[in-house]
Amino acid sequence: MKRAARLLVFYAGLLGVWTLLAELKIWPPYLFPTPWGVGEALYAGFQDHSFLIAIAVSMRRVLIGYAISVVLGMFLGLGVASSKFLEETMGGLLVSLQSLPSICWWPLALLWFGLSQNTILFVVVMGSLLSVTLAMEDGRKQMPKIYGMAGRNLGASGFQLFWHVLLPASLPFIVSGLKQGWAFAWRSLITAEMLYLSLGLGQVLMMGRDLNDMSAVIAVMILIIAIGYVVDGVVFKSMERHLQNKWGLTPST
Amino acid sequence: MSTNAHNLSAQFPIAVDHHSSVRADGSRGKAGLVTAPRPIRGISLAVPKVALSDICLSYRSQSGERLLALDHINLQVKPGEFLCIVGPSGCGKSTLLHLIAGLHQQTSGQILVDGKNVQGPGTDRILIFQELGLFPWLTVGQNVEFGMKMKGIGKAEREEKTQSYLRLVHLSQFKDSYTHQLSGGMRQRVALARALATEPDVLLMDEPFAALDAQTRDLLHDELERIWSETGRTIIFVTHNVREAIRLGDRVALLTFRPGRVKREFPVNLPRPRALEDVHVAHAAREILDELREEINRSLEVEFNVGVKPHVEIGAEQ
Repeated sequence: MKRAARLLVFYAGLLGVWTLLAELKIWPPYLFPTPWGVGEALYAGFQDHSFLIAIAVSMRRVLIGYAISVVLGMFLGLGVASSKFLEETMGGLLVSLQSLPSICWWPLALLWFGLSQNTILFVVVMGSLLSVTLAMEDGRKQMPKIYGMAGRNLGASGFQLFWHVLLPASLPFIVSGLKQGWAFAWRSLITAEMLYLSLGLGQVLMMGRDLNDMSAVIAVMILIIAIGYVVDGVVFKSMERHLQNKWGLTPST
Repeated sequence: MSTNAHNLSAQFPIAVDHHSSVRADGSRGKAGLVTAPRPIRGISLAVPKVALSDICLSYRSQSGERLLALDHINLQVKPGEFLCIVGPSGCGKSTLLHLIAGLHQQTSGQILVDGKNVQGPGTDRILIFQELGLFPWLTVGQNVEFGMKMKGIGKAEREEKTQSYLRLVHLSQFKDSYTHQLSGGMRQRVALARALATEPDVLLMDEPFAALDAQTRDLLHDELERIWSETGRTIIFVTHNVREAIRLGDRVALLTFRPGRVKREFPVNLPRPRALEDVHVAHAAREILDELREEINRSLEVEFNVGVKPHVEIGAEQ
């Protein structure tokens, strides 16, 4: 309860300062919109369905891209974790590649795939694949060795061993990496959509810029934050909690 | 293979002569107290279930020198026999079980199970780890059926066997619990049921009861002995507790400290069921303990780098 009160005070204060600055009219309204201007833009966006469509398109793209990353990343991570050669070669490359913002792949992707969905997907995959791979590798290494031995001892080998033992055993260790991968995927998507004018939240945001409608821009920003937060705070939190309960690990508070 | 089997059957009577506790037909002397081990799958009792010949294991230490962990281990285990291996910590007794389970590879020497060379893990030999290695993401029932699932056994049969093995360890009503919801002793029994459910001929147990309180351990000793006599499995049981070894074993093999060698084998000629606090058990333990003490002192000298000889009482190692 106390926490809720603190949050309420904080956000009320934030809105107050915002309103005050807007009311002082230091900057013209098209540069610094009022909170209710943004509220109206949000309402209008949902009213004419443009936000709903944008959300649907963006979510579809990020889910496809993220799914590809997770599947590829699992195998890559497993490979890197289980082979000394791959660890020394690929492992180093992957870590260094992580310092590259995924949007840097945009020009190449544009040449390879043309101005299409696939270009966006490629950028999303490049954004999140590395996090997932490194998380998977880390999870495999942190996972207690006993599970792999017990699995082999009970007759599991090859893919069976991976699917029924190694993967579930390392899950609690890779959730945080999966979460990070999601955050990267989401950011890469919005960036790519801002460059590629075809639906999606990023494009709606750029449209706001083109129309000099800062209320709409901020409205879309709020949407992007909200979706990112909901997926992170609801989907991944509950997944983590579920894993911790099921695995008998005490939840870290 | 046939020549191997032949050679071994020729060697085996010699081993039997050493350990007069067991008659050449493999049955235990105390008729009526224990079910005689039944021949499994018609294999002649003259062929040892598990035969270790000249097992050596060496590894490279961090400083780069080669260390010998196991030194020419020779042991033979008859079908249905309960062999206990004791030794100070660091003698490589757990490692030996890992080798038999096929989870690691010995540097030299041969491990034969039913006269066949061990190559990698197989469900004819199941190891119960000291840490158990139960899968926390599976329920008790799913843990027990895991091995059968890997073998591709159908769902109906799996369910049925899972039920019967859970009944065997008295855990039927915990089928849908997760392992972390159980007590240490119950987890032990889950591990036992999981191992038995794959129907191995040989059960390898690595200090399974070391972390349990005395009451739970006593109960599990009784249960293990009952299950052993009901199922006729061959058991190789590693422990550092001499009394436990005598409580359970047909024979006790004592390993030396670093490198691990078989120092001596002791037949246990006491009627079953035995109790840990039994005078005869204590008496038999005394003899083994005298020899074990030398090894423990040696290990203490190495590990603590001291020359003093700490006095080790009977049972002090428990």
